Amino acid sequence: MVLASLNPVSYLVLGALVFCIGALGLLTRRSPLVMLMCVELMLNAVNLTFVTFAHMLDDVSGQVIVFFVLVVAAAEVVVGLGIIVAVARRRPDANADDISLLRG
Amino acid sequence: MIDTAVFAVCAAIVLCGAVGVVISRNPVHSALSLVATLFGIAVLFLQLDAELLAAVQVIVYTGAIVVLILFVIMLLGVDREDDLATEPLVGQRILAGIAVAALFGSLVLVFVGVNQHGLSGAKSQGAKLAGPLSNVTQIGRLLFTDWIFAFEITAGLLTIAVVGAVVMARRPASYEPLPEPEPMGDEAQIEDAAESEVGA
Repeated sequence: MVLASLNPVSYLVLGALVFCIGALGLLTRRSPLVMLMCVELMLNAVNLTFVTFAHMLDDVSGQVIVFFVLVVAAAEVVVGLGIIVAVARRRPDANADDISLLRG
Repeated sequence: MIDTAVFAVCAAIVLCGAVGVVISRNPVHSALSLVATLFGIAVLFLQLDAELLAAVQVIVYTGAIVVLILFVIMLLGVDREDDLATEPLVGQRILAGIAVAALFGSLVLVFVGVNQHGLSGAKSQGAKLAGPLSNVTQIGRLLFTDWIFAFEITAGLLTIAVVGAVVMARRPASYEPLPEPEPMGDEAQIEDAAESEVGA
């Protein structure tokens, strides 16, 4: 196969690195839009790991699961952006900390 | 040899894009960095024999999801930049860095084990990657046979997401058409703050 000369573990490490960068952004950034993008980064890192394992085990099922992750990511973006727009309509400068005002 | 070069270039693009998403002050720059990352991962998918997923990655992620995010950025005002210099919670970044470093360390330990002992999972019997069928045919067959229930649940999830988005985007029935443009920015916030204090 294509990967005869390349250790598949390097793909796994790359996926872990991207996941950790996304997690760091999610924990430290305040803007809900950027946090949403960081979640996308983490989901993509997981996708890369799934495809790598599918390649290592010579099994297509791993690629099928990536499809479901894609659908979940799309649904998450739709709902997340809906919430962001609904909050921004009332408070244009709200950030992730201000969401606690919803407690009333 | 060429594989290693392709991997190195793509890994560099993916990592630079990922770091760019996190450290850009302007959300538009974050979104464009995200595009770079997604393209790099699509090329890696090609290298890993996932041709269909590489195409879907470019079409769905960069074509639809990132465009949707950019749409909302433009809608909310493109000139807003985050203030990254101040740290709202003391010690948050250091704690987050420690937690993420621990996560990365433990993941790499697992992968070192994989490198030494191989995967514990069994090789595929029925759904081999390098079979006579094409990648698309194989994924389609699996999707509508072995994974049919997950597929149906996915349909339900999408429906719920669409309905939720419509409900959230709609103005409540009691919302009267605004007689005058709402005060923007600071004034509105001060008013809201005063209101909430009175309410409390």
